[in-house]
Amino acid sequence: MTEINKVIFSNHEDAASASIEKYISSGGYSAWKKIIQSSDQTKAREYIINEVKASGLRGRGGAGFPTGKKWSFMPNSGKQQYIVCNSDESEPGTCHDREILQRNPHALIEGMAIGGFAINATVGYNYVRGEFIGDCYPQIEKSLEEAYEYGLLGKNILSSSINFDLYNYLGAGAYICGEETGLLESLEGKQGKPRFKPPFPANYGLYGAPTTVNNTQTLATIPKIIEKGAEWYSSMGTEKSPGTIIFSVSGHINKPGNYELPLGISFNELMDISGGIIDGKKLKAVIPGGSSTKVLPADIISKCTMDYESLEEAGSALGTGAVVVMAEGTCMVEMLKRISRFYYAESCGQCTPCREGTGWLYRILLRITEGRGQETDINLLIDVANRIEGNTICAFGDASAWPVQSFLHHYFEEFEFMIKNKGKSKAA
Amino acid sequence: MDNLLPKNITNTIDHWIQKFPQGKQRSAIIAALHAVQHHNNGFLTNDLLNQVAEYINIPKMNVYEVATFYSMFQTQPVGKHEIAVCNNISCMLRGSDEIISHIENKLNISLGESTSDDNIFLKKEEECLAACTGAPMMMVDHVYIENLTIEKVDEVLERLKKNND
Ligand SMILES: Cc1cc2nc3c(=O)[nH]c(=O)nc-3n(C[C@H](O)[C@H](O)[C@H](O)COP(=O)(O)O)c2cc1C
Ligand code: SF4
Ligand code: FES
Repeated sequence: MTEINKVIFSNHEDAASASIEKYISSGGYSAWKKIIQSSDQTKAREYIINEVKASGLRGRGGAGFPTGKKWSFMPNSGKQQYIVCNSDESEPGTCHDREILQRNPHALIEGMAIGGFAINATVGYNYVRGEFIGDCYPQIEKSLEEAYEYGLLGKNILSSSINFDLYNYLGAGAYICGEETGLLESLEGKQGKPRFKPPFPANYGLYGAPTTVNNTQTLATIPKIIEKGAEWYSSMGTEKSPGTIIFSVSGHINKPGNYELPLGISFNELMDISGGIIDGKKLKAVIPGGSSTKVLPADIISKCTMDYESLEEAGSALGTGAVVVMAEGTCMVEMLKRISRFYYAESCGQCTPCREGTGWLYRILLRITEGRGQETDINLLIDVANRIEGNTICAFGDASAWPVQSFLHHYFEEFEFMIKNKGKSKAA
Repeated sequence: MDNLLPKNITNTIDHWIQKFPQGKQRSAIIAALHAVQHHNNGFLTNDLLNQVAEYINIPKMNVYEVATFYSMFQTQPVGKHEIAVCNNISCMLRGSDEIISHIENKLNISLGESTSDDNIFLKKEEECLAACTGAPMMMVDHVYIENLTIEKVDEVLERLKKNND
């Protein structure tokens, strides 16, 4: 049986896991202290970036970009540089960052301090989605205060020459603020409209200064990698997808939950760990990495392992590790309509193909489910999706097109049936 | 114009402004609007937006843009207590549509409306609220309530009704 909760959730059994005492007693902040005490800061920076590279850690925010490599892009400009944590967690199906903020906030704080040091950023912001204001925000605020009280943050930390100040920030409800340049705009107090790239944040980020944005889970993984070494971390998972990832398993499943597991675990074992499909039903389909990734039918996902390579080969992606499980009887037209409504509502409106296209997609799907679909609608859906894909400022456009393309690819006959039968679902 | 923001709000805004570099006080707009909206029973008025702009010392337009962009800010009067039922994919698969219909029937309003006594606002929520493993779920006055059942929803509605003063 695969071991669960080895890295970020290693303290998960303990109800008081969020407390700084508990965190320290299980090795927490030892990596940060060692860095602070290092005699050669330039070497220490190199060491961190090399360890993170060697660990094979890839960004858990959805795009899977290698973290060590991203950090190595940061200049040493001599000006104020920033590290920003993306705790905007808003990809539908995804809810593990919330659990990190609630249950292991100090791993994130330590990860941000280490990351900030490595990329010459003496100031960090943790951008927390606005809806967490009364939920996990108070916890991460309290933890931040504790870290200051223990002298682990601030100026001349533990009498060294190292400075690192960290602040929590609150958004106010907008999916697009999860996109890293939308997030930076929002952090500057503006509408969260993504920027044209290049320039990338490493050159022109927060307030125009060199900035790295990383996801909560990515940063919370860092302390253990530095404490126990890249070799230890990469001994878990597969050769190409090393380490662990937290799967948020939701939908038609008996034990929905966040499970930290080695990458490369088989899909079927993940289903066993999450208690199997509800009511003894058969599996119909899975969205394996959040609503922006392509849907996979049961027969395909059942042969997959849960890592970057296997899911890509199957035509989808690991994304955020949000596994949305659908049992037999689920209407795929209704499902896609809901997804398309979300993208329609959340488009920031800067690019015409995205602003207009998402509206078209939703309205066509709406009329199909209301029994007013026309035979030409399926081609129209595909046409509109294809026109959005690749033609927008940010990846939101692609994310709105992929569900449409994949649902129609795998469940064409359900759409056809509903159009012919004036809104009647084939699945029911 | 007199600045009418109460002391506890200006204290909160000051606390936020000091998180940012000198001259970057614009970054405090969102936090300021959260504080002001909370103080004003859940919605913003033009007057309040102007006062925030004046206090932070930024053009009014900057504040208007933010107030209208983010879904947590209400620029029209709404009921005092806010209910937001998630109906994104994971919650939909676990019966959020039934939960919403039930609340609509009980309160005799539709999504996006407030009860006639201005006590409860049923927000039209488009986003996933990041509690998908506890689906179906809703947020009531910023408190997450997960694994909803009709009974659980009824208890909350009863509590909010009693809390109408
Ligand atoms: C529409 C959209 C929404 C996104 N939402 C999130 C999010 O909620 N959380 C997140 O960490 N990354 C999100 N991302 C990815 C970020 O842009 C960015 O790649 C990520 O934060 C980088 O961190 P990582 O390298 O650690 O993965 C989103 C991207 C897009 C295009
Ligand atoms: S793709 Fe959509 S969300 Fe992204 S910048 Fe363009 S309009 Fe905005
Ligand atoms: S889908 Fe409802 S909380 Fe994520």
